[in-house]
Amino acid sequence: MTDATAPSTTESILTSTARDWSSDVTTFKGVPWGKAMMWIFLVSDTFIFTCFLVSYMTVRMTVTDPWPNPSEVFALAIPNELFGWQFLESPIPVPLLLIAIMTFVLISSSGTMAMAVNMGYQRNKKGVVLLMSATALLGFTFVAMQGYEWSKLIFEEEVAPWNNPMGAAQFGSFFFMVTGFHGLHVSAGVIYLAIIAYRVGRGHYDKTNFEIVEITGLYWHFVDLVWVFIFALFYLW
Amino acid sequence: MATEGQQHPIKIYLLVWALLFVFSAISYASDYMDDGVIRTSVILLFMILKAAAIVAVFMHMQWERYALIFAILLPPLALMVLMTLMAIEADYAWATRVEYMGEPIAPEPKPPPTHRH
Repeated sequence: MTDATAPSTTESILTSTARDWSSDVTTFKGVPWGKAMMWIFLVSDTFIFTCFLVSYMTVRMTVTDPWPNPSEVFALAIPNELFGWQFLESPIPVPLLLIAIMTFVLISSSGTMAMAVNMGYQRNKKGVVLLMSATALLGFTFVAMQGYEWSKLIFEEEVAPWNNPMGAAQFGSFFFMVTGFHGLHVSAGVIYLAIIAYRVGRGHYDKTNFEIVEITGLYWHFVDLVWVFIFALFYLW
Repeated sequence: MATEGQQHPIKIYLLVWALLFVFSAISYASDYMDDGVIRTSVILLFMILKAAAIVAVFMHMQWERYALIFAILLPPLALMVLMTLMAIEADYAWATRVEYMGEPIAPEPKPPPTHRH
């Protein structure tokens, strides 16, 4: 393979694209097959999540019952005392507090993952294992907080997929479906990260260019990407 | 293995990481704004900025060849058609419901939460 990875500046975008697609050899030049496959999987996943979010928006625009206000439903109060030590007059209610923390945890994990990919291409195995473990740990923290959020909603706020005391009944079904499907992706990602980190540590990929770390990273960044849309369209909207 | 892989200076990752934190903070702050066109625009703008930063830098899209970029970013454009169709349909369904079932119910004051112990 010659130097085919760098996009040519002399030929037009369309010409280079047409040439790549019709060259009767590898279409995605310089892209390992695993990475191309991961991208194709992520495109299909994009379609699934978009269908969820579009149907959610459609229902939300269609209902005549009031839609529960997410910033109230997901509000959390900062406690005024801890272990008998009172440091505030009264608890301070903060809208979407837990969701904001979850967002920052997921962004942090995306950052550590990006650094892990960088370490991989520098052949720094110790760095890869350390940063991927940190990413998995942050992902696990996210899922744990989501578990808390779900149990609070189910047992305290009495939200069910078919009914809730705050307004439109569809709120529950969309909340559990969209965040549940995303949480499933995060959980799978944590397991995926743990397996790849373990195999990197065992020297399983020593003969490769460590592109497996980048492929794992693509999946993890996608999970973060989906959360960006859920955060904006479900929680903030 | 002739491929060089996606190797880029750490600085750009740190920069995007910091940007994502700032964008998220602004998104979150929009919750304190009054409902309206401005708030909706802020939510959408920073949603798109965050998504673009993640795809372009963290997922290395800006350094890929156009053959791959087009294969990945063009198909989701079909979803814009779905979004438009559903928005039109939702407006129609809402209007039909109001016409046949009466005016939408005004939001009721929230009853005090019932905590079970």
